[in-house]
Amino acid sequence: MESLNIPNLPRSRTDLFLSFSWLGLQGFGGVLAVVQRELVDRKQWMSLAEFAKEWALAQTLPGPNVVNLSVMFGGKHFGPSGAFAALSGLLFFPGLLMLAIVFTFQAFADVPLVASALHGMGVAAAGMVMAAGWRFMPTLRQHPIGFPLALGFAALSFVLAALAHWPLAHVIALVGSVSCGLTWWRLVPKDAS
Amino acid sequence: MTWQLWLELHLHFCMLSLLAVGGALAIVPEMHRYLVNDLQLMSETAFIQSVTLSQIAPGPNILLVAVMGWNIGLQSAGGFEAGAAAIGFGLFMALGLLTAAVLPSSLLSYFMVKWLQVHQHARSVRAFRAGMVPLVMGLMVSAGWVLQTASNPSMDWRLLLICGLSMVLVLKTRLHLLWLMLGGAVLGALLGL
Repeated sequence: MESLNIPNLPRSRTDLFLSFSWLGLQGFGGVLAVVQRELVDRKQWMSLAEFAKEWALAQTLPGPNVVNLSVMFGGKHFGPSGAFAALSGLLFFPGLLMLAIVFTFQAFADVPLVASALHGMGVAAAGMVMAAGWRFMPTLRQHPIGFPLALGFAALSFVLAALAHWPLAHVIALVGSVSCGLTWWRLVPKDAS
Repeated sequence: MTWQLWLELHLHFCMLSLLAVGGALAIVPEMHRYLVNDLQLMSETAFIQSVTLSQIAPGPNILLVAVMGWNIGLQSAGGFEAGAAAIGFGLFMALGLLTAAVLPSSLLSYFMVKWLQVHQHARSVRAFRAGMVPLVMGLMVSAGWVLQTASNPSMDWRLLLICGLSMVLVLKTRLHLLWLMLGGAVLGALLGL
């Protein structure tokens, strides 16, 4: 059935660059919804099922998932230069806009009122970031190694990274390897059944 | 800045690019440890600015690395007072560190996507994907914590309250993130925090 509606294709590298620029400029916080709306609904470059699959791949690999998705998608259609076009589109205009905001802000940074506002914004942003982390709670509840152990690993990485100031490489080497190893071991019964 | 330090910074961000499972926010605690505590290339204020302003601007969160590069470059070349040379070096560092943070993970995505499509249901890939979740959660909460303590070193209860309120609002309502940031800024400025 799906073959009946053939998805559109990006026409050129310029098309990729501009489309991903537009996408990047709309993405505040929750990028997932924007990417889906642009690539699936508006451009119809992929079906919803394809998108879900690509997004899962992009999330598995290290690096920001939108960035990974742009590289995979651009690369699929136009090879290395397509990947570069999509990636640079995603970062170029948002990057310029960001520097303009920083530039403006820093011109007034010495005003005491601005410094106070920055502290207020800093803690508000901190709350937002913590909430983004907290959203993984339901995933922990269904974790193959069980909720208490999964929560324990989350707490341990918090203690090591935030309180003990361990280098990230060490935290990943310790907590990541033990957690992935245990998960790997626990996944056996599911495979067998 | 010596060329050895320049090289070390870029290599470190290349490594972080490959460790950034869970995206840009997951490496925020590490960037604070490395740039503010260890190398002292950035003030707490510049760190808060980099993370906070990147939340206000659209685009992928990884752009906060560009803002950090900008701050490091500008400061090490003498700040705004030093004129065009310092601004130029700031932009050069912004582009350099962003490239270092994005390129390795993008190359990995580009070359791994085919392999991953074939093996995405393999036990090892599933174990990696699920096993890293507790770590990513712990690191994101750490990022919020680090940003909170940087913005609020004296643990002022009013700032803690704004942080908690922002977290609850993100989790319980669909309020746009920009309103939260604006709210934090206004409260911070009004209370002179």
